[in-house]
Amino acid sequence: MATVIIPTPLRKFTNQTARLQVEAETVGDIIRLVTRDFPDLKKHLLDSDGTVRSFVNIFSGDEDIRDLQGEKTPVHSATIISIVPAIAGGLN
Amino acid sequence: MIILEHGPYAQMTSHAESIFPDECCGFIFGKEDKAGNRRITVLREVNNAKPGNKKRRFEINGLDYMQSEVYALDNDLELLGVYHSHPNHPAVPSEHDRVAAQPTFSYIIVSVMKGRIDHIRSWQLNEDTQFVEEFFSPELINQSI
Repeated sequence: MATVIIPTPLRKFTNQTARLQVEAETVGDIIRLVTRDFPDLKKHLLDSDGTVRSFVNIFSGDEDIRDLQGEKTPVHSATIISIVPAIAGGLN
Repeated sequence: MIILEHGPYAQMTSHAESIFPDECCGFIFGKEDKAGNRRITVLREVNNAKPGNKKRRFEINGLDYMQSEVYALDNDLELLGVYHSHPNHPAVPSEHDRVAAQPTFSYIIVSVMKGRIDHIRSWQLNEDTQFVEEFFSPELINQSI
């Protein structure tokens, strides 16, 4: 099963669980399964049309899935998927 | 309340002054007690990855964020938030700060005026995604000695 690392700010929506084990074939499957099991995560991960929000990056290992095959990126039992919120800001 | 131990406090203020007039940024780690009080014991500086002008914006790349989450898990710490500087401006979050802010994180802002630390304030999002100030208390001497 692939491992999904939940970022600290979103752990209040996963009962404070940091790592989830998920049986899936693609990153898209993982997103669907995780948001099914923890529905409060959905609004933080997905836009209304079901695509990953622009403020959220999904990494497979050390690579952003946007640089791989997006949600069709395959996962294996040793794959580590990280949900990475965009951290930015500054002066107006 | 958020307490910043002497070591990370010195590291953060040094970082903010050394990188002036650009904005600095980094992560803060520590523990939160049951009352919600946070004690910061470790600070990790990261590169301001914002392309172009870094005097008014900061951005942290995804790999730096991931490494910080793994660091926290491996060292039994909590990733409690982010610090950044406002060069020649007060330590009040901007709309850019608010829009990109994460729930539960503390956002420490360091005001650096003419290259010197002026004041420091810390903020958290409330349930309505508005910033609320939290009491910030630096430990100015090393109390472990």
